Amino acid sequence: MTVKHHPSEAVLLAYAAGGLGEGLSLLVAAHLSFCPRCRRAVREAEAMGGVMMEDIAPVALRPGALEGVLARLDAPAPNAPDPAQTVGAPLPLPTRHASGETDVADAGSPLPSVLRPYVHDLATARWQWLAPGVRQVDLVHRARGRDTAKLLRIAPGRVLPHHGHAGLEMTVVLSGSFSDEQGRFTRGDLAEIDSDTHHQPIADSGEECVCLIGTDAPLRFSGLVPRVMAPMMGF
Amino acid sequence: MNEYRLHATAPVAMLDRQAPAARRGRVRLHPGGAAMTSVAVDGDALADLVLAIAERSDQAAFVALFEHFAPRVKGFLMRQGAMESEAEDLAQDVLLTVWRKASQFDPAKAAVSTWIFTIARNRRIDVLRRERRPEPDADDPLMAGEPPPSAEVHLNSAQVQARMREAIATLPAEQAQVVTLSFYEDMAHSEIAERLGIPLGTVKSRLRLAFRKVKAHVGDAFT
Repeated sequence: MTVKHHPSEAVLLAYAAGGLGEGLSLLVAAHLSFCPRCRRAVREAEAMGGVMMEDIAPVALRPGALEGVLARLDAPAPNAPDPAQTVGAPLPLPTRHASGETDVADAGSPLPSVLRPYVHDLATARWQWLAPGVRQVDLVHRARGRDTAKLLRIAPGRVLPHHGHAGLEMTVVLSGSFSDEQGRFTRGDLAEIDSDTHHQPIADSGEECVCLIGTDAPLRFSGLVPRVMAPMMGF
Repeated sequence: MNEYRLHATAPVAMLDRQAPAARRGRVRLHPGGAAMTSVAVDGDALADLVLAIAERSDQAAFVALFEHFAPRVKGFLMRQGAMESEAEDLAQDVLLTVWRKASQFDPAKAAVSTWIFTIARNRRIDVLRRERRPEPDADDPLMAGEPPPSAEVHLNSAQVQARMREAIATLPAEQAQVVTLSFYEDMAHSEIAERLGIPLGTVKSRLRLAFRKVKAHVGDAFT
């Protein structure tokens, strides 16, 4: 695995601190599944968190707190399995979309298992039309938290519509590849784009690009006009 | 009476009996929750306490951990904006989780404070923010080939933590400030930028510099 594009250290620190919402955290976690280097950086940042927590001014617990907890030590743990903790082997990407129209990545590109609580099966997921050659599934909705994550599949040669955003945007490639002004992104790569960056990814290989996209501010797809969605020259 | 003894004497008795580092007098507990921001507790001794819970459900060890960490978890959560009652309940939950999951603690991977920090962080996200905390799954086949902790690593987690504390303490003020806001105030980078009246890029570059400085001081302990 040759992951070339990584989140900034500031984003890894925010992930470790718990400062990212669920959507962007999902993007970072997906990248971490591919990237030992960033997993190590997160462990380092968490160790900073341990120091920061230990050095804070303590606040005494209420009287009787310890005795209350001691009385609960032998009670069975509440039975609330976290779906993220009960995942099995990751599902492979299907080789063919349900409609039969598109070849997707080969079965050698399994989804990171961190995605399992969000999307069970690419073929039967509720894909919504976003633009010609671009379909999406909402994974984390803004209504539920401070940010969003979507799964996108972009047909070969297609351009993601122009979109503006006020905050931070990230993209993680799961299969296929795309290119933008920062370079070429393949499986496992994470593109981090601040609000002032022009960014228009193009699925640049012969296969469909499946990727995650997340933002901490609503995406404003402004370019839903044929002009910007036309296949790029040369594809 | 009984309750008082649990607080004041049980941990000491336990430490005398079992924790080697504590016998050397390096553990200082703070009954009564006296405000102390400078921590002089030996990380090895804390790890011994967690291992005592994992190996023999040692309640006295738990009491010692509770007295050290519960007030810090509570203070930490309140600093991040939790109400006092929420922070109280969550701090108790976090320490209960320490008891239940003690066998999952690996002293080769993390210091006790780091482990408890991650438990507190995840509980806060779950309970207060009502969100999931996506984390890569250690059993994911994609992550196969993770290099095992190197046997040649010359610092243990507690020593690494001590070096990290030194590094954080010597950060330039403007870097310490963004680190503090990131960990204590639950603020996004854009909110930090707004609070400090500096560009977002400056927030990120200060965090990068701070993180690199800390990593350089700690060395390759995390490989």
